[in-house]
Amino acid sequence: MSAPAPQPVVTAARSDPYAPKGLALTLESTGAILLALLWVLPLAYAVWAAIHPAEYTTRFVLTAPLTLDNFTRAWAAAPFARYFLNTFILVTMILAFQLVLGTLAAYALARQDFWGRDIAFALILAQLMIMPDALIVENYRTLARFELIDTIPAIALPYIASAFGIFLLRQTFKTVPKELDDAARVEGASPLQVLMKVYVPLAKPTYIAYGLVSVSYHWNNFLWPLLVTNSVESRPLTVGLQVFSSSDQGIDWAVICAATLMTSAPLLVGFLLFQRQFVQSFMRAGIK
Amino acid sequence: MNARATATVHGWLLLLPAMACLALFTHWPAVASLIESFYSTPKARRPARFVGLDNYEQLLADPIFWKAMSNNLWFALGTIPTSIALALLMAVWVNDKIVGRTWVRMAFFTPTILPMIAVANIWLFFFTPQYGLLEQVVGAFGGRSTNWLGSQDTALTAITIVAIWKEAGFFMIFYLAALQALPPSLSEAAAIEGASRWTYFRRIQFPLLMPTTLFVLINAVINAFRMVDHIFVMTRGGPDNATTLLLFYIYQVGFSFWDTAYAATLTCVLLALLALVAFVQYGFLERRTHYR
Repeated sequence: MSAPAPQPVVTAARSDPYAPKGLALTLESTGAILLALLWVLPLAYAVWAAIHPAEYTTRFVLTAPLTLDNFTRAWAAAPFARYFLNTFILVTMILAFQLVLGTLAAYALARQDFWGRDIAFALILAQLMIMPDALIVENYRTLARFELIDTIPAIALPYIASAFGIFLLRQTFKTVPKELDDAARVEGASPLQVLMKVYVPLAKPTYIAYGLVSVSYHWNNFLWPLLVTNSVESRPLTVGLQVFSSSDQGIDWAVICAATLMTSAPLLVGFLLFQRQFVQSFMRAGIK
Repeated sequence: MNARATATVHGWLLLLPAMACLALFTHWPAVASLIESFYSTPKARRPARFVGLDNYEQLLADPIFWKAMSNNLWFALGTIPTSIALALLMAVWVNDKIVGRTWVRMAFFTPTILPMIAVANIWLFFFTPQYGLLEQVVGAFGGRSTNWLGSQDTALTAITIVAIWKEAGFFMIFYLAALQALPPSLSEAAAIEGASRWTYFRRIQFPLLMPTTLFVLINAVINAFRMVDHIFVMTRGGPDNATTLLLFYIYQVGFSFWDTAYAATLTCVLLALLALVAFVQYGFLERRTHYR
């Protein structure tokens, strides 16, 4: 993938005979914009409630004064700094292990010819259907046996071998010309050196795409972290937010909206900055 | 050692770390759930004992299980066709040269990257009775006040709407990718034949998008059985189990009632459903995509 230009992909060389014109263009644009407005409404509302004093949460007047007070109060009301750190450690840990384990397994599946390879591949692909979410009861028991409950590694462990990552990297490695591999071997490189010097650099776009998908998925993951964590020291942002917004202090929507925005902010900012790469990586990566 | 044996050792050594994790957190728990579903839940004084199909009999007689199954079915029927149809419409729109295309595309995709648990808070406010946003809109048109999440008639619909909102933009991306991969010569040929825009969509674009539709469909079905985050914030399965989905029920049985054997039995039902999806995928989708 070459350096992406800031503008959307358009095959401008040939004109599309079905491109809407005149009234059709107006109608189509209006419909799309109306739907888009509906789609950003929850986010737009969260921004409105978060930057205005609590009495304007349900009163939409343009003259309402702006304030950052809700953010300050939300930040002070729960250990969000700790939650951010936990989530950061969590997604980094998961991604690092996923990439290492995935690279090794994908290389074996793509380029080594050995006994049992097809069985191994089938066993790996089984995880695409049996997602870890379905196995919460048994996985909880396993981690309790290891005495890992309420630790960040416990949240990460069921996800570090990702069938999807292995599959994606295998497909990419298969497109690497065999001649490059042979040439490196003639030069005397060991299999691991070939992997690191030939395959990994050529698969960089896949790594980036997979990384974005993995980070956004695990940043947002909720059910499993909810189960295995019960203290501030290990809770990620999503669980922290849930604990925070369901506490009995009466519902203060302005503060909850501020906390909601804080929780989503890193991904949201990342998305606005790297919009094209995000979208392309999802196109490339398909399922999570 | 001959070359073949060396290759086998190398291959399996490379696979070992990933396979060990998969075996520990995917294969073994799946098998363990099945075994456990034939045993009773261990109690302080009474260890687990073999009970045969007792757990499954309990399941068949459990009204909440059937409620969760029918809720999940309605949830699937509500989310899958609607989110796919909306995704297709969105993709066709943002593939055309419309006004504000970049912005519109971004707006559709935004829900995908927001944490469901976070946006569920906002939706919760929308659905709040008396002063919630939906209530204000309905009130402005003189409609009656409704407790959207507190009423058995509307709670599941509200949950379904949030899921559709979350998913449509995600599926749009795949349709958009597929639309952009269609060769322009097709539309030129269709235009020369004098086909209308609708005919072009119905006879050319839509059939060529079939593999994408199947891919998206499989994803939508799996998601219908695993999307539960917003239930934790919005309803916690209520009112009176009106929004209990299968995975949420597994969570309740396993972690609120600590009936692990029964939770394992429910897990087996979920796994069987997912296996069915896998089977369908193998039958239809496999033939249309290239795995090699």
